[in-house]
Amino acid sequence: MRNEREFSSAGAGAGQGVGARLPRKEDDRLMRGRGQFVADIRLAGLQDVAFVRSPLAHALIRGIDVPERYRGSVFTAADLAGIHPIRAVSGLPGFKISEQPVLATGKVRQVGELVAMCVASTRAEAEDIAAAVTLDLEELPAVYDMLKARQPGSALVHEHWGDNVFLETSFEVDIYSALDAPIKVSREISTARQCMSPLEGRGVVATFDHRLDQLTLYSSAQMPHITRSGLAECLGMEQGRIRIVSPDVGGGFGHKGILLPEEVCLSWLTMHRGHPVRWTEDRREHLTASSNCREHHYNITVYADRDGRLRGIDCEATVDSGAYSSYPFSACLEAAQVASILPGPYLMPAYRCRTFSVATNKCPILPYRGVARTGVCFALELMLDLVAAEAGLEPGEVRLRNLVRPEQMPFDNITNKHFDSGDYPEAMRRALAAIDVEGVRARQRKGEADGRRIGVGVSIYCEQAAHGTSVYSGWGIPMVPGHEQAFARLTPDGGLELRVGVHSHGQGMETTLAQVAHEMLGIDVAKVRIILGDTAITPYSTGTWGSRSMVMAGGAVATACRELGERVKKIGAKLLQHDSAALVLQNGEVHGVNGSVTLQAIAHTWYRRPQDLPSDVDPGGLEVTSGYKPQRDTGTFSYAAHAAVVAVDPDIGEIEILDYVIVEDGGVLVNPMVVDGQIFGGLAQGIGTALYEEMPFDASGQPLATTLADYLLPGPTEVPSPRLDHMETPSPYTQFGVKGIGEGGAIAPPAAIVNALNDALRPLGVELLQSPVTPYRVVEAILAARDAERPAA
Amino acid sequence: MKPAPFSYERPRNLKAALAVLGQASDSVKIIAGGQSLAPMLNLRLVQPQMIVDITALAELKQAERHGDELVLGACITHADIEDGRTPDVTRGAMHRVAAGIAYRAVRNRGTVGGSLSHADPAADWVSALAALGAKLTLRSSAGSRMVAMDEFVVGALECALRAGEIVETIHVPAMGATAHWGYVKSCRKTGEFAHAIGAVLIDPSAGTARIVIGAIDAAPIVITDAAKLFGGRIAGDYKGRFDPRVADAILAKAGVSNAAHRHIHVSVLTRAVREAAA
Repeated sequence: MRNEREFSSAGAGAGQGVGARLPRKEDDRLMRGRGQFVADIRLAGLQDVAFVRSPLAHALIRGIDVPERYRGSVFTAADLAGIHPIRAVSGLPGFKISEQPVLATGKVRQVGELVAMCVASTRAEAEDIAAAVTLDLEELPAVYDMLKARQPGSALVHEHWGDNVFLETSFEVDIYSALDAPIKVSREISTARQCMSPLEGRGVVATFDHRLDQLTLYSSAQMPHITRSGLAECLGMEQGRIRIVSPDVGGGFGHKGILLPEEVCLSWLTMHRGHPVRWTEDRREHLTASSNCREHHYNITVYADRDGRLRGIDCEATVDSGAYSSYPFSACLEAAQVASILPGPYLMPAYRCRTFSVATNKCPILPYRGVARTGVCFALELMLDLVAAEAGLEPGEVRLRNLVRPEQMPFDNITNKHFDSGDYPEAMRRALAAIDVEGVRARQRKGEADGRRIGVGVSIYCEQAAHGTSVYSGWGIPMVPGHEQAFARLTPDGGLELRVGVHSHGQGMETTLAQVAHEMLGIDVAKVRIILGDTAITPYSTGTWGSRSMVMAGGAVATACRELGERVKKIGAKLLQHDSAALVLQNGEVHGVNGSVTLQAIAHTWYRRPQDLPSDVDPGGLEVTSGYKPQRDTGTFSYAAHAAVVAVDPDIGEIEILDYVIVEDGGVLVNPMVVDGQIFGGLAQGIGTALYEEMPFDASGQPLATTLADYLLPGPTEVPSPRLDHMETPSPYTQFGVKGIGEGGAIAPPAAIVNALNDALRPLGVELLQSPVTPYRVVEAILAARDAERPAA
Repeated sequence: MKPAPFSYERPRNLKAALAVLGQASDSVKIIAGGQSLAPMLNLRLVQPQMIVDITALAELKQAERHGDELVLGACITHADIEDGRTPDVTRGAMHRVAAGIAYRAVRNRGTVGGSLSHADPAADWVSALAALGAKLTLRSSAGSRMVAMDEFVVGALECALRAGEIVETIHVPAMGATAHWGYVKSCRKTGEFAHAIGAVLIDPSAGTARIVIGAIDAAPIVITDAAKLFGGRIAGDYKGRFDPRVADAILAKAGVSNAAHRHIHVSVLTRAVREAAA
């Protein structure tokens, strides 16, 4: 079902347009190992950089000693005259500004902070130099616990603030009306700090082109145009003198959305030294020094009536934002977003939420796939299961009684989020039926032969995606998305070149955007080239983040192709000697009553035989840059219900996911196979959040999981094959009715899995409220419940 | 993550290797499969002045049965055992242990001698070979000595090797026809380091048992006077007589103070006993 049929005839019959399960074009090179990532780039004279990083979380720098023999190969903040610190300021009232020096000045505020840059002909030699540099540091008390950091008397990350809070926000609707509710459940819920762990880490190659008078930075980045703006500010250079090339990127997830101090350092270094330089993030740097995500804490109370209907939610949420505000998203996006999205897809008459973005001596927190929604969904959905237990209802039933109903769509919720379309209860009903709750209950009554306990859990969310100007202008951060642009050119041989400013790092956009072009022009996707990831040759864009690319760049490509189609028809009309208004563009040909002419013939005429065209032909030719914004840019709301059956071994704590169901509605799907892939990948990351991934810190602010032996990622044997069911409710506001879908898979799994574990363990008096749930935490909770039950002697 | 500079030797026979080791300063590391050492080098957790690569020593790749024992060269890989390229005297027990070590890529290169020398308490052979009653021949240019597994691993990442000494062979006694074997480990995910290992070799006819509790932060606990775990005697009914409280007390005495950790270790050991009895 599509809400816009206007152009769907162009690609009719070819099976390549919107809705086709087309294999990914880019896989031809990626699956053969022919992709080109930053670390594959070789430039003549290239030298490698290793950094001296702070071994301490919080310390004054008393001195940096560089051995005589390495002078000239080692650079510190003192060398970087004129380079500005990274500033990512939010315009929200009360936001406190952090300045992140690209090389530390005065003091260090996190383990891994860059202190000195060492350059040599190989990375190993650069590391040898780094090892020879000695730091004289005076250790300060570390701010390692975000809740303690809020207390008066805490050590301070940024002394001049007077406290450790980047930003405090509050939102309230009539909370006092909920206080007399018969059901009141209060808990503390938390999610661990994580590392985003894309297969490819960050990497930078910097070089200077004197002919173009241009710094060229190859960087594994999601948002090259934004990187350019931020880099220009730090370097004090005109933006036109900087070119960012982001080649193949092996996963972004938010980690590649920020401006890195390493990018600034290498830009300076290549201009200072006059040869290309490279830094490749290694796994230890990724784990301990770069950026983290997900660390949330909730003090939450849910009020409900006896029938499970929500009366209100009262919450105080704290997010550990780390030491610095990252460019461009700022240190407060995550926590402040909690207040606006905590109500989820539910109806409620009362609500209050205060949020705190807290500075600590840890690396900066970044918006990771799903951003704050994974934590919010975890907190709220765990609470709804507790409400269900209090009300004596099945957890699914409590959801059904509180979800926004389809006849209410479009719906403005209690925090003024505008839900565009969908049938949330239907997604939940399908998930409950598919997971067979009744069957699990029967099996639970019988017990498991192997002594394990099984449980069933559900969760549901809706996710604002591709939200634009009207939403981001309110944040006052360095980036506000406006109209998204696409450039379309018919080549002289009748191929189509499309240039977009978003980037693709696993999303399959070289295929899906070609499908959009096919939908509009009927051109074979094999003849469509998608060009991405280069500021020199793509239109400006805020890039790929917030599940926006298919909605925004897809819309822009459709718009540009529509305009190009009109140009094509005008030339076709000349060739067919026919009125262009009566012509039809179909299967890559312009058809009129007198005959038809191919795109190839039209392109050939425009470029190679202009003498065949009359003098009054449209001089715009066959190149179009056009922009797009949905009719309403408050975002699309995709949603999904997840359901899990788990088995847990109460003696050893081992957990197995027995069954997993996802019922998802992402609006009209451009390529359902690509969407399936997005959901599988998101699920794997959600399972990581639920059961495996945790970056612990000690009281001196040291990150403790310093290798992948300690930081566990789920592997193939830990990720089950989920059963997927797609609903397809078009968005009323977007081209084709598409919705943003890229992040959703990672949002709901922790809640569904931990609800299932709590369902399995509830008879033992166990309640797990912290992610990840590890075997140790399971056993610890079971023993604690056993001790609590034992009567005092 | 690149290693600090080191010098590198790859001797062609054992005699030459021992000579190199005998002359080297104390900052020398032997590399075989490199599955633990290479990451430690890259992380600069170890910075030896010299690496002696023993992968060219054909003597250490032999595996033969000598009477009632299997003699394995130190450079036999986990995959050699998994794939049956070595004789078996344990009625399949070593094959099953080998097949459960980490990932196939690790098993292809990782060696038995290397794993024992590294002495990681979470490593499978450290516990399994202790339960099987294996002994090691350690050789230096001065001569050789034989050490029982119980005495070889002395602590977490600590073994009885002296400077200039190398594990030459591993001697595994043949498992008796009446013996029962159980081996269970708990890992958070496939291929991950174990958080608890229980290895039991019980001969109810002889009334004897070797019980190992491994993957604690120290050398594995090897219990040879195991009758106390079974109410004082070991017989055909040992499964029902196993007393987890005794195992818990042994762990507590060994310094495992965390009750949840002890609970997991005892549960894993209980399963190993049940597996032996199955």
